[in-house]
Amino acid sequence: MDVNAPVKPNLAVRIVAWGAIAFLMAPIPIIILVSFSSAQYLTFPPPGFSLQWYERFLGSNEWVQSIWVSLQVAVFSAVLTMVLATMAAIPMVRGEFSKKSIVYAVLLAPMIIPVIITAIALYFVFTKVGLNGTVLAITIGHTIVVLPIAFVVLSSTLQGLDPRLEKAAISLGASPFVAFYKITLPLLMPGILSAGLFSFLTSFDELIIPLFLGGPTTQTLAVRIWNSVVMEIEPTISAVSVFLIGMTIVVMVLAGFMKRAFRWTGSGGPQQENSHA
Amino acid sequence: MSQSARNLACADIGRTESKAHAFRRFRMSSLWLLVPALGFLALFFAYPLTAIVLRSFEGADASMTLEHYEAFFSLPIYMRILWQTIEISLMTTVLCVLVGYPLAYVMANSSPMVRNVMLLMVMLPFMTSVLVRTYGWMVILRPTGLLNHVAELAGLPHFDLLYNRSGMLIGLVYTMVPYVVLTLFSVMRGIDGRLVSVAHSLGAGAWSAFWRVYFPLSLPGVAGASLLVFILSSGFYITPRLMGGDRDQLLASIIAYQVDVLLNFEFASAIAVILLVITLICFGIYARLVGLKQLLTSRT
Amino acid sequence: MLVHPNEASGIGSSALAVLEPDERNTMNAAVGNSIVLDNLWKTYGSFVAVGGVSLSIEAGKFCTILGPSGSGKTTVLMMLAGFSDPLRGSIRIDGNDVTRLPPQKRDLGVVFQNYALFPHMTVHDNVAFPLKMRGMNAAEINLKCSRMLDTVELGSLSRRYPRELSGGQQQRVALARALVFEPRVLLMDEPLGALDKRLRASLQVELKALQRRMDVTVVYVTHDQEEALTMADQVVIMNGGQIEQCGTADELYDQPMTEFVAGFMGDTNLIEGVVTGKGGDGVTRVEHPTGRAILAQNGPCAVGDQVSVSLRPECVSLEPCKGRLPEEPNAWNGRITNVVSLGDALRYTIVIGENRPTLQIELEAKISRRGAHGSRFSQGEAVRVHWNAADARALARRKR
Repeated sequence: MDVNAPVKPNLAVRIVAWGAIAFLMAPIPIIILVSFSSAQYLTFPPPGFSLQWYERFLGSNEWVQSIWVSLQVAVFSAVLTMVLATMAAIPMVRGEFSKKSIVYAVLLAPMIIPVIITAIALYFVFTKVGLNGTVLAITIGHTIVVLPIAFVVLSSTLQGLDPRLEKAAISLGASPFVAFYKITLPLLMPGILSAGLFSFLTSFDELIIPLFLGGPTTQTLAVRIWNSVVMEIEPTISAVSVFLIGMTIVVMVLAGFMKRAFRWTGSGGPQQENSHA
Repeated sequence: MSQSARNLACADIGRTESKAHAFRRFRMSSLWLLVPALGFLALFFAYPLTAIVLRSFEGADASMTLEHYEAFFSLPIYMRILWQTIEISLMTTVLCVLVGYPLAYVMANSSPMVRNVMLLMVMLPFMTSVLVRTYGWMVILRPTGLLNHVAELAGLPHFDLLYNRSGMLIGLVYTMVPYVVLTLFSVMRGIDGRLVSVAHSLGAGAWSAFWRVYFPLSLPGVAGASLLVFILSSGFYITPRLMGGDRDQLLASIIAYQVDVLLNFEFASAIAVILLVITLICFGIYARLVGLKQLLTSRT
Repeated sequence: MLVHPNEASGIGSSALAVLEPDERNTMNAAVGNSIVLDNLWKTYGSFVAVGGVSLSIEAGKFCTILGPSGSGKTTVLMMLAGFSDPLRGSIRIDGNDVTRLPPQKRDLGVVFQNYALFPHMTVHDNVAFPLKMRGMNAAEINLKCSRMLDTVELGSLSRRYPRELSGGQQQRVALARALVFEPRVLLMDEPLGALDKRLRASLQVELKALQRRMDVTVVYVTHDQEEALTMADQVVIMNGGQIEQCGTADELYDQPMTEFVAGFMGDTNLIEGVVTGKGGDGVTRVEHPTGRAILAQNGPCAVGDQVSVSLRPECVSLEPCKGRLPEEPNAWNGRITNVVSLGDALRYTIVIGENRPTLQIELEAKISRRGAHGSRFSQGEAVRVHWNAADARALARRKR
């Protein structure tokens, strides 16, 4: 498969490369380590092993409430994104009309605008209608941010789907809606779920939108961490961080599984065959 | 009938017949499916953005004015921040490419197993919350953090790398390197290593072969990655705010400050528009130079 | 082997059992329908994909639409299936106008070029799909499916997924799926294209047998003229969006009406000339610029027309040139410039009239090695080339 034969990098370059990897990975084990520290404040190295910060994290009403807020926002925005992105992908991939490039530009626009601008723009609007500080507001904000990438994922999945499958279903007596529901949708599921997982994770980690659109009772985990970090650095945050890292790993593993399970989204077509049918 | 004659005949038919034949389309006219997504974006994205742009021109008595822009461009502190933003973004870009290029190079030219391991180790931090990662660096770099602890043990001088420009740069570079690596990686996958072998066979040494053959081929990726990092860092909030000192603040922090603390919404809108313009210009250059496809593959 | 659902006890699912003619009439087995296409047009912008195609196909016949890519043949099939709306014209199946009927209501079986099997369903579920769409109950569905799969000899694979099957097996599943609901008409779009030669040949025979057994009308689109020759009762040649000629395979081969058809249906020699006479005895006289004469069977041309005379290589006879006999109509002198062995035959290239290079004629002769009585001509040898008038045909010359 490697048509492009690789160049062999020399040792010095490889050391630099692995150094870069160490650089990239560094904070993660550190945080995990610190989260188990038995000291009362942030010291390095941690003097002993303790689960106190996890107890503080999961025992605190405020932190648990933040988990709940983050979960709500992540789930709602993931669902909303999946629905909107799927609906948008269908006419863009299968439909034929002019001005497609303009629609593309609009759908992908939130990706290039710095999030802070989107956040304060929504902040101004939501304040005017009194929506600020609600889970709904944060959900909408996150959906906007995540929609472009979900759309890209779904478009590329849909593009890999043979349109003749739907036609075959119709020729066999299915109405266009049934053909979509029984044929296209199941085959699109991996893309939809990928987009959903990605949206979920992004929303869970994202700070700026809830920072501006959330209120005192609707602080996501990220916001609460932020407030703690800005005011004082206490090790509880490390436990929360480990929680978020764990969430990332879980999502990545799930995504990996899905890739494996859904590998057969070909169209069951012919390959060059020997005569042993 | 010749083809051209048929075409002419058909043009006539098309005009008179197509109206008479309103065949029911079996395909559900799927354009309506775009409405929810587009409507959502119009309502919650296009409209708020437009509102901000308009607000930036809003005077105290709801008149149209340029006073906020004038304020920004006339006060030295804001100009300093603007240049600082651009300067820091440039430095971040250069450093990111310097760090990311070798990594992408090794990844693209290793065996599949090594490549996948490296890819995983790039993706994990990439997918982890920026806040969490920044916090991790704060733990490492603070005066009583890991770095200084190790330095003490090793007899090295004290490192002052947090709450100042250096800290901010480290943080920014750290956050942006994965974008560079992934962009460059996908470009480098497409470079044919045999070209380097050919260069060797023609007498080029290792460095010459790289510099004159491989590097130029990777240049589009470098350009694309650079622009991407520049765009992202100029609008970044979390890391500069946490790891930089009070004097080192960037545009995004100022905007947040104006909104959160000073409640200076019109002025904040003006700064936001300025940031937006910078972003759009860079993006325009990016789209021209590299094309939108690159941006998508590096972000997904 | 299709069985009517009301039948009391099942006939054994022996794959090769053929229904007796009178049994066929008492049962409501699928009977092919006639198809009439009337002046179909389809355009894309200013490009005419199908320009006024009219065609009539008898019930129960195997009709092949043959043509190069871009000839519009697939477009015609798609209009028949209902996936493409004709700009004008009508389609009647069994006398009913279906032009405005959506594809899911037309009750046609369609086999697509890449089979389009549903990858997330087993073979059984694929074949059961059309029956589910028609609201049959599970027991009936299972019965019909297993019978159909036995007919195509895939009964043991019903629990497999399409990706686990070979190309030939996938093809049969596609067929089974398209036939299980007993459609009146079966449409096929180059279904054997991706298979190798041997597999293709055996499947062609099976397809034809299946069609006869089930008495379905088949419309089969292909660019391979060999497939048309093997399977079709009726061949329709399309080119540039129009029908060039329609008839049995033999008719098209022996009596092409245009240069295109002559060249498409097999190898042929084309000799240019002008019609100098048209005889009541069924003979047309054509004169080549060098003055040489050809006598051909009467064809679609008039005196004075510029024509190309089509002459199949297997109709060209060679004899050693003993001395130099004067040339006559249909008998010329020439020299062999190339000999190629085709295994069962030898293909000779003969040049005639070398003394005038700009007007020389190059002919190909294909001579069976068996019938050559051992005589084999060698390169450079002088020979006498001759043929019968009945084997030559004068055709209007195509504008180049």
